[in-house]
Amino acid sequence: MRVTKSAAVAAALSLTAFTAQAATLEDVQARGELNCVVTTGVAGFAAPDENGRWEGFDVDFCRAVAAAVLGDGEKVKFIPTTGKTRFTVLNSGEGDILFRNTTETMSRDADLKLSFLPVNYYDGQGFMIRKELGVTSAKDLDGASVCIQTGTTTELNLADFFRINNISYEPVAIETNEEGITNYSGNRCDVYTTDASGLASTRAALDDPSAHIILPEIISKEPLGGAVRHGDDQWFDIGKWVVNALINAEELGITQANVEELASAAGDNPSINRMLGTESDMGAMVGLDAQWAVRAIKAVGNYGESFDRHIGPNTQIGLERGLNALWKDGGILYAAPIR
Amino acid sequence: MTEKNYIPGEHPDLPPPSNMIGPVAWIRDNLLSSPANIIMTILSVWFLYIVIPPTLNWFFLDAAFTGEDRNACRAVADGACWAFIGERFKLFTYGFYPEEHRWRVNLSFILLIVALIPVLFDKAPFRSLGLKFSIAFPFIAGWLLVGGLGLEPVPTSQFGGFMLTLVIGITGIAFSLPIGILLALGRQSNLPIIKVFCVSFIEFIRGVPLITLLFVASTMLSYFLPPGTNFDLLLRVLIMVVLFSSGYMAEVIRGGLQAIPKGQIEAADSMGLKYWQSMRLIVLPQALKISIPGIVNTFIGLYKDTTLVIIIGLLDPLGIGRASLSDTKWTGLSTEVYIFVAIFFFVSCFGMSRYSLYLENKLETGHKR
Repeated sequence: MRVTKSAAVAAALSLTAFTAQAATLEDVQARGELNCVVTTGVAGFAAPDENGRWEGFDVDFCRAVAAAVLGDGEKVKFIPTTGKTRFTVLNSGEGDILFRNTTETMSRDADLKLSFLPVNYYDGQGFMIRKELGVTSAKDLDGASVCIQTGTTTELNLADFFRINNISYEPVAIETNEEGITNYSGNRCDVYTTDASGLASTRAALDDPSAHIILPEIISKEPLGGAVRHGDDQWFDIGKWVVNALINAEELGITQANVEELASAAGDNPSINRMLGTESDMGAMVGLDAQWAVRAIKAVGNYGESFDRHIGPNTQIGLERGLNALWKDGGILYAAPIR
Repeated sequence: MTEKNYIPGEHPDLPPPSNMIGPVAWIRDNLLSSPANIIMTILSVWFLYIVIPPTLNWFFLDAAFTGEDRNACRAVADGACWAFIGERFKLFTYGFYPEEHRWRVNLSFILLIVALIPVLFDKAPFRSLGLKFSIAFPFIAGWLLVGGLGLEPVPTSQFGGFMLTLVIGITGIAFSLPIGILLALGRQSNLPIIKVFCVSFIEFIRGVPLITLLFVASTMLSYFLPPGTNFDLLLRVLIMVVLFSSGYMAEVIRGGLQAIPKGQIEAADSMGLKYWQSMRLIVLPQALKISIPGIVNTFIGLYKDTTLVIIIGLLDPLGIGRASLSDTKWTGLSTEVYIFVAIFFFVSCFGMSRYSLYLENKLETGHKR
């Protein structure tokens, strides 16, 4: 009796959860606002500016999706989350989509029931250490105390790396990147480890950046990307193709400035025409109108523009494109075609 | 030396010997009375010398109060970079509340002060009228902040900063006291159903950390509610905070109730007072007076616990500060941010604590042991 009762409750729960997740597009359009899960603050990727407006590379992807779906890139409600709460917020339905420099892994995909959108930033985990300690390789870090964010893949990579190399370390658990900076600059740990993109911005912000070095080893693959819940393929497709559209836009030379002009009439390039809805209506396949990609690009620019604006070489963060250059420029950014 | 003789009873009041009064004597008595004391004094002076000048320097003398970004701060001064706080002050105060509606927050704050005066001071002019306003205030402020009924609605997800702390803190304080009193009385009730309900509620609340309740309120609730229901997140938080603090409040007040001798209640009964009359006129005034320190303690704890809302994606001053540190223009200024937030919480909590002392003294009836 008891068993059947709890089984019934579980069934009812999963049913509720399922129906709650089914038509995200309609929910979002009815609400008139996209709930986008972001970080509580990682420089360049997502952080509020002095007027309370969220800015950053991840934030741009939220805005692009909102522009495609709702017609206005400003209709986003940002839900700041820590590394530990992000997936719960997404899975419970509080958030519609997640762009929170999150690494795609098999367990997150299959076990946490997330569907990962195309990678928007290829990262890898590195180490930063004070120069005066004289360490030049991560393999010399035996016995070091390491500041590490809990609930992240970096935590697991770190354990793996030290186990493989048969050396010991002392973890100092932290919750956010900002806390990591505070602890590291306060000498509470010898080494700070996180994704290389985060290390670069962290180092730039320290009192004397030249006193710290980033060790040459990159110990992991960190394909960062957005994610949605399992169970709503249409919504997944929308997220996936908005990201692909921004990458393809860079490849095709469509920018924030020229997108309207290119979309005003069909041009010579069929790829551009298809994407901007002047030749065929690709948007209808995912439940949107023909102008979806035009609005997304109009809102935030193409991939390269967003990259340069928030994390590129001319910003404080100063990241090079590296792996994140287009495939034809020597990187591995290779988006599926829109056709 | 000749001795002076006085007629008995006519001895004039002579001043104490000069070495027994004045700063010199005070220093000798208090700072240099024994070798151990002398060593302690010297160490303390040395410690203050080490600490105070650099602190002052960092805070004021060598601090930058204006500047475009952190590099501008660094260029002019090595100390604190208050320009950062200055630039972000509005964000700290209003959170993400829309700029054109911020007068509503300001007005609510002014009304809050107006509503507090008659509650806090019994000699305030027009007190009975003022108290009626105080009771209406939470609803007026709620209407002003959230909107509706003629005002443009502002989603509660845009609340943040000090304003969010005050909203949660004051709602929690205002509602947890009455609910706590009812729970405490219910726990002592002779009616078994009420008693069992109150005891289990209080014990459940006290057995679960606030952060768990908040997490359940923010994410788990969506699994249980029918799909499509949009139950405002801040409202869920407020309900959880009120329930949580009223559980604690009930136990604090129960302590006060148990300190009232049974004879008082029996005396009230013998005078023919009904239950509520005897509670209102005899038991509660005494019990609450005894409980003041504990009540204020709970208030202060609740007020500081509001920082936990970061776990559910609302940015209180601490959350705003942390998020601000990710601004590439300003990263690395965590000391300034934490000190600024600490000052805000210290001022609020110290104020509450001093008021409770004032209230205790005012209500002092000579029973103190």
